Amino acid sequence: MTTRQVPGPAIQVRGLEKSYKQLRVLRGVDFEVARGSIFALLGSNGAGKTTVVKILSTLLRADAGTAGVNGFDVAAQAARVRESISLTGQFAAVDEVLSGRENLVLVARLRHLKNPGVVADDLLARFSLTDAGGRKVSTYSGGMRRRLDIAMSLIGNPPVIFLDEPTTGLDPQARIEVWQAVKELAAQGTTVLLTTQYLDEAEQLADRIAILHEGRIIVNGTLTELKQLLPPAKVEYVEKQPTLEDVFFAIVGADGKGDADGASGTTKDRNVGADK
Amino acid sequence: MNRHFLGDTAVLLGRSLTHITRSVDTIITTAITPIAMMLLFVYVLGGAIDTGTDSYVNYLLPGILLITIASGIAYTAFRLFLDMKSGIFERFQSMPIARSSVLWAHVLTSLVANLISLVVVVGVALLMGFRTSAGVLAWLAVAGILSLFTLALTWLAVIPGLTAKSVDGASGFSYPLIFLPFISSAFVPTDTMPGPVRAFAEHQPVTAIVNAIRDLFTRQPVDSDIWTALAWCLGILVVTYLSAMAIYRRKIS
Repeated sequence: MTTRQVPGPAIQVRGLEKSYKQLRVLRGVDFEVARGSIFALLGSNGAGKTTVVKILSTLLRADAGTAGVNGFDVAAQAARVRESISLTGQFAAVDEVLSGRENLVLVARLRHLKNPGVVADDLLARFSLTDAGGRKVSTYSGGMRRRLDIAMSLIGNPPVIFLDEPTTGLDPQARIEVWQAVKELAAQGTTVLLTTQYLDEAEQLADRIAILHEGRIIVNGTLTELKQLLPPAKVEYVEKQPTLEDVFFAIVGADGKGDADGASGTTKDRNVGADK
Repeated sequence: MNRHFLGDTAVLLGRSLTHITRSVDTIITTAITPIAMMLLFVYVLGGAIDTGTDSYVNYLLPGILLITIASGIAYTAFRLFLDMKSGIFERFQSMPIARSSVLWAHVLTSLVANLISLVVVVGVALLMGFRTSAGVLAWLAVAGILSLFTLALTWLAVIPGLTAKSVDGASGFSYPLIFLPFISSAFVPTDTMPGPVRAFAEHQPVTAIVNAIRDLFTRQPVDSDIWTALAWCLGILVVTYLSAMAIYRRKIS
């Protein structure tokens, strides 16, 4: 199903408010996302990022304010919004009992596409999952699961994609693979709204970055604009030590796809190596 | 109603049925408790129970079938709960599909899985000497009542499936249902029970349903029991369906 592109910004949010009982999570959120751009919503845990995504993907109703996706109002035209979007939630939304290919075919059929099998095989190849396609998803590593999850979101080429913390819990290699996939998406003209708590992720991917704090967007701009908010950089001489991430890739080899290591898919504690 | 309702439900039904074929153990565990009870009652306790019939397994089977359904629907709550907890439920809800088809797929899967379990239990009963002179029509009537009862209890199971906070909460609701047949005419005639117990037993749905199925199996003229049974099934079905749908709408809006 192709949904016509409506002129104007891909996402438009005005005065969005949402409370869970006494807890006021969103207190008037405003932002716009231009078509074909990557927009990162940055914030600490509990800042309300997921709530914004849920409202935009019609899973949750806002208490006040308006939100439009692809020109459709999320409250009044929810069905049209759902035709325009794809959601990759915080937890990989894959069916563990089915194989990777069956997952893709399932979504393709639910999107009423003509050749679900062909769509599935194309995506398996694109996300380096062809060999694993026939295996049950419960045997996949965390990175493979996430790639399958994102592949499922691309079926039907929705113009707007929401990625809620796409790399939380992934190992460094898998994280870079996900970043690559997101960049390719935007290159094809898809609008991406991603939430993240990792600063380097926003820096790597986003055309614009908004910081959500205590229910409001407190900053919104390009990376350059955000950097100008701080005093100009001082020049200091610092010995550049390799980061742990550099060491990791030097030892493991940066070309590892993470396919063969089904056993290494457990969640890893890790520090984000921001080498500034 | 969305024009894709039937197609989407069929696709999602295919998904749930695949789950069943990959966990055949759920069918077995559904059937095993009622089969164990049937063995226990027929070969251990049955000799001392006077039901006024010559074959206790014939007397017992209708109640055992209801216990089978009551234990089978717990898996519906369980599967629905897993979908709710994993992101897949939200994925479906954010897609352009008929939204109620997500629930209907689980409900129809429950119907299929329970019918298979029932066939297994009836098979074991036949081995244990269950005999009936029921014709095709009577069998169809039994299947109809059991399907209706399954649907009614399945929609009941949808409620904890949607609202439970833990796996135990999702499936624990079925225990009282499994024990309801004990206070009915399923195992012993109600006329030996003391007053209040007997009053409860004779006016709860299991007795009417058990009596109706028993009459159909023994080719006795079905009396008012079958209408009482149907009324109970339909009544429970309407109430549980409307409640489950109301809860579902609140969840997804």
